[in-house]
Amino acid sequence: MSRSLRIAAAGIVAFGTLYALILAVLNAPQMQVNLPQQVALNLEQSGIDHPITAVLLNFRSYDTLLEVAVLLVAVVTGLALRERDALTAHTEQARDPMLHALTRRLLPLLLITSVYILWSGSYAPGGAFQAGALVAAAGVIARLAGYDIASRADVLLRLGLALGFILFLTVAVSAMFGGRPFLNYPEGWAGSLIFLIEAVLTFSIGLTLISLFVHAPGDSSPRGGDDDD
Amino acid sequence: MIVFDILLGIGLILAASGVFLSAQLFRSVVLFVVFGLLLAITWTRLQAPDLALAEAAIGAGLTGVLFLDTLGTLRKAKHKRHRKKETHS
Repeated sequence: MSRSLRIAAAGIVAFGTLYALILAVLNAPQMQVNLPQQVALNLEQSGIDHPITAVLLNFRSYDTLLEVAVLLVAVVTGLALRERDALTAHTEQARDPMLHALTRRLLPLLLITSVYILWSGSYAPGGAFQAGALVAAAGVIARLAGYDIASRADVLLRLGLALGFILFLTVAVSAMFGGRPFLNYPEGWAGSLIFLIEAVLTFSIGLTLISLFVHAPGDSSPRGGDDDD
Repeated sequence: MIVFDILLGIGLILAASGVFLSAQLFRSVVLFVVFGLLLAITWTRLQAPDLALAEAAIGAGLTGVLFLDTLGTLRKAKHKRHRKKETHS
């Protein structure tokens, strides 16, 4: 097939899709249920003042539970792909005094910010995923500055990775012992339970993102750097 | 404010097409981070600060770092292969 023919075919497909999308947007069916209104009406029962956190960890907590499970599976796969001898290769690095000082001042700041974001999740924008990303950013900075935290505590790291999911699942299942449905928080305890889950999730998500970065297959692995030729 | 929004939209499209069209991988990665930050501003303009936080931290920050890490690894592997070829020939 010649080049111009291929471009024409791609153009027709692209514009066809665009046309279909425009039609779909213009002929969108009317919303049967006003979801924001439903959330606002039931916000008091959720134990959380911020509607988005309430949706994530109370009304649609099943989705969040599965998201955390997906993250856990991803990091387990990442750990399986890492190389065995790479951990010792990077530990001996000459430390720049400036870098050392900057990292030592940046890390506590990042961790405090992440705790604030976690705490503010109950009444303002914020929450476990954002705070976890900040923890991960702190870990990545520490790693780039030559501190190898992740490989120093391998067993602890694995435990920490699974901890968030385990606690979430425990809380979800323990509701069933009291005869309540799966993932239903007991009356009056919803707010504090959600905060507990979020705190542990922050820790686990941060560790997950750090270990995805630290244990990425490097240049000495057989698959690393197989680009061209 | 409408001017700012239009500029933001144009910037998003420019950054996105730059990611795909630029020949250098490093420039693509940098433009990807720029795209993520512009998208975070767009989310705040659309009154979704939660999404903006997640986008800035994960989309622009961590994904960009992972891409840069990959680039460094690719470059190192290429250097090694070149050196091997030189010693063989």
